[in-house]
Amino acid sequence: MEVTLRIKRYNPEIDEKPTFREYQVTVEKTDRVLDALNMVKWHDDGTLTYRRSCAHGICGSDAMRINGRNRLACKVLMGEVGDRVTIEPLLGFSVIKDLVVDMDSFFAGYRSIKPYLITHDENPATERRQTPAERERFDDTTKCILCASCTTACPITWTNEEFVGPAAIVNAHRFIYDSRDQGGRERLRILNQRSGVWRCRTVFNCTDACPRDIEITKAIEEVKRSLLTETY
Amino acid sequence: MSYHRYDAVIVGAGGAGLMTAIQMAGKANIAVVSKLYPPRSHTGAAQGGVAAALGNTEEDHWEWHMFDTVKGGDYLVDQDAAAILARDAIDAVYELEHMGLPFNRTPDGLIDQRRFGGHSRNFGEGPVRRACYAADRTGHMIIQTLYQQGIKHNVTFRDEEFLLDVLFSENGECCGVVTRELTTGEYHVLHAKAVMIATGGFGRMFKITSNAMAGTGDGVAIPYRRGVPVMDMEFYQFHPTGLYKLGILLSEAARGEGGILRNNEGEAFAARYAPTMKDLAPRDMVSRFIYEEVKAGRGIDGKDYVHLDLTHLPPEVIDAKLPDITDFARTYLNVEPKTQPVPIQPTAHYAMGGLPTDLDGRVLADASGNVIPGLYAAGESACVSVHGANRLGTNSLVDLIVFGRRAGRHMLKFVDDTSHPTMPANPDRPAREEIDEIVARPSGENAAEIRERLQDVMMDKVSVVRNAGGMNEALAEVESLRNAYKNVAIQDKGNIFNTDLTEALECGYMLDLAEALIIGALAREESRGAHYRTDFEKRDDSNWLAHTVVKMKGDKLELTKKPVTVTTFEPKERVY
Ligand SMILES: Cc1cc2nc3c(=O)[nH]c(=O)nc-3n(C[C@H](O)[C@H](O)[C@H](O)COP(=O)(O)OP(=O)(O)OC[C@H]3O[C@@H](n4cnc5c(N)ncnc54)[C@H](O)[C@@H]3O)c2cc1C
Ligand code: SF4
Ligand code: FES
Repeated sequence: MEVTLRIKRYNPEIDEKPTFREYQVTVEKTDRVLDALNMVKWHDDGTLTYRRSCAHGICGSDAMRINGRNRLACKVLMGEVGDRVTIEPLLGFSVIKDLVVDMDSFFAGYRSIKPYLITHDENPATERRQTPAERERFDDTTKCILCASCTTACPITWTNEEFVGPAAIVNAHRFIYDSRDQGGRERLRILNQRSGVWRCRTVFNCTDACPRDIEITKAIEEVKRSLLTETY
Repeated sequence: MSYHRYDAVIVGAGGAGLMTAIQMAGKANIAVVSKLYPPRSHTGAAQGGVAAALGNTEEDHWEWHMFDTVKGGDYLVDQDAAAILARDAIDAVYELEHMGLPFNRTPDGLIDQRRFGGHSRNFGEGPVRRACYAADRTGHMIIQTLYQQGIKHNVTFRDEEFLLDVLFSENGECCGVVTRELTTGEYHVLHAKAVMIATGGFGRMFKITSNAMAGTGDGVAIPYRRGVPVMDMEFYQFHPTGLYKLGILLSEAARGEGGILRNNEGEAFAARYAPTMKDLAPRDMVSRFIYEEVKAGRGIDGKDYVHLDLTHLPPEVIDAKLPDITDFARTYLNVEPKTQPVPIQPTAHYAMGGLPTDLDGRVLADASGNVIPGLYAAGESACVSVHGANRLGTNSLVDLIVFGRRAGRHMLKFVDDTSHPTMPANPDRPAREEIDEIVARPSGENAAEIRERLQDVMMDKVSVVRNAGGMNEALAEVESLRNAYKNVAIQDKGNIFNTDLTEALECGYMLDLAEALIIGALAREESRGAHYRTDFEKRDDSNWLAHTVVKMKGDKLELTKKPVTVTTFEPKERVY
């Protein structure tokens, strides 16, 4: 099928401000949006710039706004997006070039919640025990690929730079509910601060945006409940 | 240009690079350079598991694991290395658990284990549960866990920085690297006593591949151009089950959990070729079974693919143990694996070859085993060699953690005992000149077209089944593409995030590695593991129980043989 890609372009070395450029490509319905971008880059306009690597939705490189929604370009097929597709960079982060945004603040938010197992006991000689049920408790939030789709879909993060954002809370959740972890209190203290979970207004944009189908709003609610009931 | 000084620089933030970094963090001044954000490394794509003879669900011993590794590699494995791999795997997996890796668990709370191709009990009697796993996203959990440990230990990450050159002193010691920051285009010289190359594989030289677009072999090609040898490049693994036309991997775990390959008659054909291990025979063999079926006209609809049938598995097993890969089938092929068979074909997956190293990750200068001071390699870009002619499933992730860890420990001692070698004058000049030349060229060849032609010819002539005629054609094509590449031009002339440029460079790296691969494959007049030749169908131990070592000497390539270390298991015919 013939499609038109409307891509928001911006090269700070040349452009004063972003502008849309249109490209015509012939694609199959089963091609990924990423394939269409590649066709443009490889055979038409080599200056088109975007991040990508795995091309099957597991590395988190190519989150972008496709027809107004945050999606991974490699996980959306052309058949789903119509014959006129608008592609823009994620909102809320500054644009480095075309579809590439500055991820520094995103990774800083991630780091801020101490995203690593905290234990105070000696390691046993073999594995620590954990029942399948205990393992299941935090399974959903282990799936995060740090793509930033959620954080940049959240209206609170657009207006409040301090908010750690849903992705950081998801990753805190992954440890808070891990039966092996002993850093829950530290993390909850961080999330209880002004920039933490209380900023969340349960808009659900994040959950809709997540390409890994993580129930983000539910995870945030669970963290809030822990803060209220101190069940940790 | 800016100049930085470190004790050690680790290039690559996949499982191998991060495991190395964690050994050194806090104890030496190190930096980890990666062209991708670390968690985006391709280790994150690994699905099925990591092998270790924990014996959590049935009896198992590291000696059995070692044997399977040697036999799986068609006896080209260095057995001293395989012993370390199998023995240290156990402790290394516990270390991952201690770091927080969320493995699936047995009812008793132990790390759960499952079956995988080529892993057997009691030296080949039948399949054994040896793969430790986290659903079908084991690699994702490994990369996340190791990155988290890096954060915990305050590792200096130089993210989105691209390796351009490896530096050597006058005395041949490795003394640092030249990189370019993607977001600004700034060049950096990182002066170091030791450099680790952990840049992963190069599956992108083939048309159908499970590898990420970043899998272009940069870190192997760059030192290779500087005269560092590469070893066993002809052994490139094709995984039997890639999604048809896309190459996206469906892990062997699908067959480990009971999935069956079927031809157009619905026949479970693997049993005909491998009566004991059936669908769980090693990958090189299963890929060839598929090739034979297709050749005999038993591909689906007469085409070049067969079916992976999971429809008989309980739906809850699919949801709990194979969620991601079944999702790939739904997303990309609109196939529901619970009720429909999945179209699959062999996909370029893993480089057994790479930079030759000793047991501590030190890169070898030649076939006699001399080391290059200060240069280390680990992971898919290295060749220890534990995979020989064919890697077993789940043995790469072990390789990363076992040998990444050993290399890190050795580097720590090494940087403690040495001082910074003197760098060459104008260390960044060659890299700059190469780039300036490409950028300045007003018009010329398109790198994407060169790459597509390379991928076509490698897939066509140098993949699952090979012969001299086809490979000579491929070599001629690669030579003409290398010539064309000398005139490569790009449209993006800017400094900021210039992926037009990095893609062109990556194409150049792959061309050089493809040439070395074909030279090795042409020289090796036998069939062994993943290297199968219709003109030499038998394994030839009297001439070829040896590694191939290829070196660039000016315009010429020099090929020598390196003996295989055999300690315990005498080569036998491989039957499954
Ligand atoms: C789909 C898939 C599934 C797999 N499943 C399994 C499995 O279940 N079990 C198993 O044992 N193995 C599996 N493997 C194999 C295994 O995952 C890989 O071999 C292994 O992860 C490679 O790790 P690495 O650390 O060597 O490299 P990678 O993880 O590929 O990392 C390479 C690093 O190098 C960096 N880099 C590369 N070039 C440059 C440059 N020019 N400048 C700067 N940095 C650079 C990258 O940014 C990246 O950080 C699988 C492989 C694939 C493709
Ligand atoms: S929670 Fe989902 S949307 Fe948010 S960063 Fe993780 S994977 Fe992306
Ligand atoms: S390219 Fe990896 S998620 Fe899309």
